[in-house]
Amino acid sequence: MAEAEAESAGDRLVEMRRIDKHFPGVHALRGARFDLKRGEVHALMGENGAGKSTLMKVLTGVNQPDSGEILIEGKPETLPGPRAAQALGVGIIHQELHLMNHLSAAQNIFIGREPRRMFGCFTDEARANSEAAALFARMKVDIDPRVEVGHLTVARQQLVEIAKALSFNSKALIMDEPTSALNDTEVEHLFAIIADLKRQGVGIVYITHKMDEVKRIADRITVMRDGQTIETLPAAGTPISKIISLMVGRELADGARAEGRAGGEEALRVERLNRGAMVRDVSFAVRKGEILGFAGLMGAGRTEVARAIFGADAKDSGEIYIHGQKRRIDSPADAVAHGVAYLSEDRKRFGLVTPMSVGDNVTMASWPRFAAGKTFMRDAALRRTSKEYVNLLKVKTPSVDQETRLLSGGNQQKVVIAKWLLRDCDILFFDEPTRGIDVGAKAEIYKLLQGLADQGKAIVVISSELPEVLRLSHRIVVMCEGRITGELDGRTATQEAIMILATQRAAAANRLEAQ
Amino acid sequence: MTNTVLEQAAPSRSGLFTIAALQKAVAFVALIALLGFFGLAAPNFLSETNLIGILQATAVSGVLGVASTFVIISGGIDLSVGTLMTFTAVMCGVVLTDWGLPMAVGVVAALVFGALAGSVSGLIIAKLKVPPFIATLGMMLLLKGLALVIAQDKPIYFNDTPNFSLISNDSLIGYVLPNFAIPNGVLILFLAAIVGSIVLKKTLLGRYIYALGSNEEAARLSGVNVDFWKVVTYALGGMICGIAGLIIASRLNSAQPALGQGYELEAIAAVVIGGTSLSGGRGTMLGTIIGAFIMSVLTNGLRIMGVAQEWQIVVTGVIIIVAVYVDMLLRRQS
Repeated sequence: MAEAEAESAGDRLVEMRRIDKHFPGVHALRGARFDLKRGEVHALMGENGAGKSTLMKVLTGVNQPDSGEILIEGKPETLPGPRAAQALGVGIIHQELHLMNHLSAAQNIFIGREPRRMFGCFTDEARANSEAAALFARMKVDIDPRVEVGHLTVARQQLVEIAKALSFNSKALIMDEPTSALNDTEVEHLFAIIADLKRQGVGIVYITHKMDEVKRIADRITVMRDGQTIETLPAAGTPISKIISLMVGRELADGARAEGRAGGEEALRVERLNRGAMVRDVSFAVRKGEILGFAGLMGAGRTEVARAIFGADAKDSGEIYIHGQKRRIDSPADAVAHGVAYLSEDRKRFGLVTPMSVGDNVTMASWPRFAAGKTFMRDAALRRTSKEYVNLLKVKTPSVDQETRLLSGGNQQKVVIAKWLLRDCDILFFDEPTRGIDVGAKAEIYKLLQGLADQGKAIVVISSELPEVLRLSHRIVVMCEGRITGELDGRTATQEAIMILATQRAAAANRLEAQ
Repeated sequence: MTNTVLEQAAPSRSGLFTIAALQKAVAFVALIALLGFFGLAAPNFLSETNLIGILQATAVSGVLGVASTFVIISGGIDLSVGTLMTFTAVMCGVVLTDWGLPMAVGVVAALVFGALAGSVSGLIIAKLKVPPFIATLGMMLLLKGLALVIAQDKPIYFNDTPNFSLISNDSLIGYVLPNFAIPNGVLILFLAAIVGSIVLKKTLLGRYIYALGSNEEAARLSGVNVDFWKVVTYALGGMICGIAGLIIASRLNSAQPALGQGYELEAIAAVVIGGTSLSGGRGTMLGTIIGAFIMSVLTNGLRIMGVAQEWQIVVTGVIIIVAVYVDMLLRRQS
């Protein structure tokens, strides 16, 4: 064992041991380990929140670990900042590109360390351009270094990012979901470049949710869950089902489940809803008294579906029936008038007017009801009613005059729920209802949602946390890349079944089945 | 039940010590300090004629400040208030002098044309999504040009309507309290501020104005017809500019089409010195009125002390920066 370690140590570009990292309220990494060899593609997998991003942030010097060791080419190193990581040859290509659209490709690549001439008074554009051209040649891509980056396609912008990372002489390159914005041809091109970099001895950490890509290009796979490294496996010969079961873990699969099956009449039906690439031919229905779970990976299009139904974003096509009646919803005002409410995952930006009082926020969707002759606010009535709802939902606040920004996340969420209950909304979309809410308050929100369903409200819960979806939903709809890929019964669904549907990409589905 | 929930934390509001109250107190103390300083430094400063002069001088910029306060709290800005005021004065002149209609019609015309011009700004901002700064910059020039075209580059005099000058210069209060003969223009300013304050704090419109300025998207997603309320806000601002138009036209007994540009900056300065946030959602009418008086007391006092006009402008600029900086310091401490 020890000999094997010593033998392969020379190949090791990166080794991370027992990395621990706490954030306020979260133990993000619990003794995680990871290693990367020269000339390999190492896929890093795990559910949202498993700790992949945090681990890579530690490796790139963005976050400092609480404890643990990082070895780069066998030498223990500390990485106090991104520049230190760059100097040691660790580069990252983020999922969201960080480029300045109005600067040229070469200017982007050398930003902050431009070649200079005339005693450093002027930038040496010619040299920057020729060095950028050399990088592009190494990658076998034909991008003009002088072209404005904003004029390039997203795929080519990504290549500029890769060139930028290589310009630091990166030996280890981290790619975070690099194909999320690429079409099939562009993906093939990227894979060819990755293969080329491998041959040149660059080690690549490949973060993705896409099983088919992993099977194609990864040499090894490391699965993370709950901040821990679960297992590192060779990619060849490891079935997808095994990877999924490692990702979700067995012990969480059997929690409490939604009881019974809601038998109420149909409250909302959506038919062939379309909006851009994120919502494609989405059809579903939800009944009174039912909690319908929307599962999927981040970016699967669930939030976009809810926003399009709610009228927050324009639809390309599709029909919406509310209580059996076909309705036209062009704005949130239309949706609210028909009893449809949307509770955003980002409460502070989209749900609350945080500098205003709790009472004002609870009543915001119903203010005209508290204005005599639609003019003078009846503040006494407003306070009385909001107090009633604050008590009903057990919002912890010293008074309804308290500024909403001073409340905790769980209590802010309750204020948003109160707003819609007071407005008599009976079709409620909850987008990540427990994000940023501590564990105790979570249980309370769950109980609240179940209570609302028992009262006959139709509820749609969008959640990236599988145990949450399983615990709440009578039925589960799973989305992947803008499409609904399947529907499961809440009583019998498993995390594995959801993950398989959530990673079932239209293009890859056939290939996978053939395997 | 009520009590258990409501008593879980100490009440955070104790009226006097909220930031808003402190803010107003600071501006108010600054105003008193300025009055005291000039009172000692310039012997004639506290004379009755001079104080009335200060009040008179504040009437127009103060009313424009009231108009701007609505728009700025709603998260917008209106650069057209000065030329909009002139435009309404000219329209009033057309109605009274060119068409010879009764005075009441002229007064209504000023308010209606003000509201109309304001709603045009509001529509451009809400429906065409042109940023408020640009939309009202355009309106500022558009209205300035329009006023010059309609008046044919000449002042319109109100010689046929002798009572018109009474709007601003007579003193209704003087009939009741002869020792306290404040001109009507000043009375109108205080009335506008009081009504404006009630609209902000006590009406549905006021509540929406604060909500729009604090978080427009959250208001929209709450089902609020954001576009409609924006247009109403700019229309209300425009109508109040119409009031300012009446005051200035009455004081000069003429509509001066070349006047107006520059007033918008005075109005915005008054609003900002009064503690209203330029990013919206926070502010009061009382603050704006105090801000407007700080500006005019400063100008008047420096003039009486014999400070050159050029330096008066420099000092005013410094005061605006200091006022906003102190405001930010206070807010950071909360």
